[in-house]
Amino acid sequence: MNKNRSKEYDVIIIGGGATGAGTARDCAMRGLSVLLVERHDFATGATGRNHGLLHSGARYAVTDHESAAECIEENMILRKIANHCIEENNGLFLTLPEDDIAFQSQFVDACSSAGISTEIIDPKLALRMEPSANPDIIGAVKVPDGSVDPFRLTMSNALDAKLHGAEILTQHEVIDILKDQDRVNGVELFDHAKKEKVKYYGKIVCNAAGIWGHNIAKFAGVNINMFPAKGSLLIFGHRVNKMVLNRCRKPANADILVPGDTICLIGTTSERIPIEEIDNMYVSKDDVDVLIREGVKLSPSLATTRILRAYAGVRPLVAADNDPSGRSISRGIVLMDHKERDGLEGFITITGGKLMTYRLMAEEATDLICKKLDVDKKCETANIPLPGSDKSDETLNNVSQKVYSVNGITQKSAKDRHGSLAHKIAKGDENEDSMVCECEGVSIGEVKYAINELHVNNLIDLRRRTRVGMGTCQGELCACRAAGLLCESMEEAGKAKDDLANFLQERWKGMSPIAWGETINEIQFTSWIYEGIYGLKPDNN
Amino acid sequence: MKKEIFEPYNVSDNNFEQCVKCTICTVYCPVLEVNPDYPGPKQSGPDGERMRLKDPEFYDEALKLCLNCKRCEVACPSGVKIGDIIQSARIKYSKSKPKLRDMILANTDIVGTMASTFAPIVNTAVALKPVRKVMDSVLKIDHHRMFPKYTGLRFETWYRRYAEKKQQEFDKHVSYFHGCYVNYNFPQQGKDLIKVMNAAGYGVHLLEKEKCCGVALISNGLIKQATKQAKHNVEAFKKSIVDKKMPVISTSSTCIFTIRDEYPHLLGVKNEEIRNDSELATRFLFRLIDEGKLNLVFKKNYKKRIAYHTPCHMEKLGWSIYSTSLLKMIPGVELVQLESQCCGIAGTYGFKKENYQTSQEVGKPLFNQIENSKVDFVATDCETCKWQIEMSTSSKVHHPISILAEAIDVEATMKLWQK
Repeated sequence: MNKNRSKEYDVIIIGGGATGAGTARDCAMRGLSVLLVERHDFATGATGRNHGLLHSGARYAVTDHESAAECIEENMILRKIANHCIEENNGLFLTLPEDDIAFQSQFVDACSSAGISTEIIDPKLALRMEPSANPDIIGAVKVPDGSVDPFRLTMSNALDAKLHGAEILTQHEVIDILKDQDRVNGVELFDHAKKEKVKYYGKIVCNAAGIWGHNIAKFAGVNINMFPAKGSLLIFGHRVNKMVLNRCRKPANADILVPGDTICLIGTTSERIPIEEIDNMYVSKDDVDVLIREGVKLSPSLATTRILRAYAGVRPLVAADNDPSGRSISRGIVLMDHKERDGLEGFITITGGKLMTYRLMAEEATDLICKKLDVDKKCETANIPLPGSDKSDETLNNVSQKVYSVNGITQKSAKDRHGSLAHKIAKGDENEDSMVCECEGVSIGEVKYAINELHVNNLIDLRRRTRVGMGTCQGELCACRAAGLLCESMEEAGKAKDDLANFLQERWKGMSPIAWGETINEIQFTSWIYEGIYGLKPDNN
Repeated sequence: MKKEIFEPYNVSDNNFEQCVKCTICTVYCPVLEVNPDYPGPKQSGPDGERMRLKDPEFYDEALKLCLNCKRCEVACPSGVKIGDIIQSARIKYSKSKPKLRDMILANTDIVGTMASTFAPIVNTAVALKPVRKVMDSVLKIDHHRMFPKYTGLRFETWYRRYAEKKQQEFDKHVSYFHGCYVNYNFPQQGKDLIKVMNAAGYGVHLLEKEKCCGVALISNGLIKQATKQAKHNVEAFKKSIVDKKMPVISTSSTCIFTIRDEYPHLLGVKNEEIRNDSELATRFLFRLIDEGKLNLVFKKNYKKRIAYHTPCHMEKLGWSIYSTSLLKMIPGVELVQLESQCCGIAGTYGFKKENYQTSQEVGKPLFNQIENSKVDFVATDCETCKWQIEMSTSSKVHHPISILAEAIDVEATMKLWQK
């Protein structure tokens, strides 16, 4: 972790979301010296707090042609370069009796003009394809939707950036932008681990901090008009649907049900919030009510499915510069060269957009950075697979057969999570194969691999890398086991205990808005174990 | 408005989601303790079900190591039907087809009919070492196992010839589901039942053609056939219970468990109309005595020290108390209650070569208990437990009904109600 602080990087990228990690990858692949800084961990902002939907673009086809066209193009690229992060589930746009069936043909036309393939399906056949869909549907259109794991996608980008020489600092929060006259030349960071301030210098600073970019820009003395929009989602205990289910109408609340890994998600709501509230992401009772009420219309069985947790994220919407009131808000990509805009050299902002277009955003930002640095290299991120998605050597099956001896569940889960990198998970002796997380099938070997190679600082980071604690029990059985492994390899005992308390508190935060039925039983049992048996106190941290 | 507040709100219908991961089932699993290749009930059941819903490829053939003892379900404080989830997954996802061996073991009806026809030859042959070696290597039926002897005179045939007429003399009547073991291997148990029931004042009748309950078909993956037989049996039970108002009793705990619980849970065969009046003979008798409707008189000179073994399915039914209470009524009986543990045979499971070792390891604690108990013999309600215990210990095993039949003073008992 000893970075060369006197070194001047070509580019310092702020933000460890998909956009920041993608930009770091792109810059590093074009030969630039890169420093990526992130205040918490990868994918902790909007990147990790959405549906995980691999949009076909169909959702935007009628209202926003440009976004729709971008989506389908990136959708096809991600299938190629990030196949271990995505699932090609396909999606259905369902027309319910209360919806206008006339919208369907308008929708299909708009899709085809955006380049999105559609297929109108007889409702009866649609129900056979997706038995969980509402049996009352009067229309269905199949589109190439899918699911994407944002944590895996971001991590793979960061990994590849690192392979190409980029340096990465997590737990480093920007506290100031360093300037020399009208030129930005570095950042001042607060290292949360060591509790100290450090400075790094670079020719260009790229603000890829999403909604938090509002504050970053302020450090640089420029103003970006951001309008945070909060969206809440619910996670259900298991997969109810195999295909992504959408409502065939203009985008509205709670009209997408996405199957992702072992669970499915309904979302979202949409609510403008003041910029001061962007770090306070609670889910209200009304949000939960709307999500269940509308979700049941897509798939009635949601009414009798256990809810695991609720969470919310913030969309970084940007108002046009000539519209400070925010009436005409763009959902498209916003790239700002602050030299052109504000007369400030060496500082750019990439924001807006969506998870789906992170790569395109990175490409546009990198093009601008290269132009400024006078580097003439083409973008290759659309053609070269991310680490883990590389199929060239052996088939995935061969890889995992070599790795594991016994447990089929951990073997297949690891392969699903890490793709062709699964071979890096330690040799399958009985101990390494033992499960840490039983709900999600995470082995000791996989946890060790994540700790050693995937930038893990604490239990919550470990969860994003491996799904430890994301299953039905929400950490009840696995949290203490994972804490033990983490403590063995990097933490002191005292810190590990705080870390464990933090982790469980964070799990409880997501469960509290929906704490009834089996969920309240589970959390009660968890508290017996951790408070009653292990003597962990809620105020441990 | 008030009503709305108290309405259940998003409570799961999915039984597997009621699991709170307490892992008690895993502690009670007899297989996991001796065979680490088995992922255990929690992992195979509720945890695995969630993974299989993500991708059927998560189905693990190791699930066939489950004995279906249902001790996990008895242990579960959240009411998760763990055993059913595992059996259903095997039915739904297993790609391995039943082998010839499995068909032979599972088709107790057909094999029983053929074998009892040629009983002397079959009994001699399957007892011969070379034959058992061949069965071991060709069929993968473990050579340690002795097949139960087949009878030359099937229970059904005996009944029609010697017992049927006499049953009309009684005022009260029951039907008897004898099961394959009584019919093909051990008619004496059926004769004992008739003796006891007649003494109690009940005429005993056979169903209109009973078929094997199908438990072995289910565990060997022959689901279509099992479902067919289940439907047939439910109809036959209805004719007795609904039409003739005659309850059906059985001496086999597994048969009655299968008919009551596995038919609806695993085969989707509805049985509400017959479920309450289908029960074990010992429960039927105990309840009569308990309600003051029956008194039994026992021989003065009957003196035995008996150990009772609780078969897994009796544990699941919660019915062993009826059998042990009946046995305790016999004045000369000193009853030793063995700690409830699986014997390891689990029907056809223990006959399979690949399971033999697991089977014996599972049963070992029980065998030790029996050897240390210094009893005259063991009592139990399950025929396969009987084979296993007789093969693996020095003790003989008798059915509670057979013990009653020997201890009861028939004439004195009959006099009580004939007056």
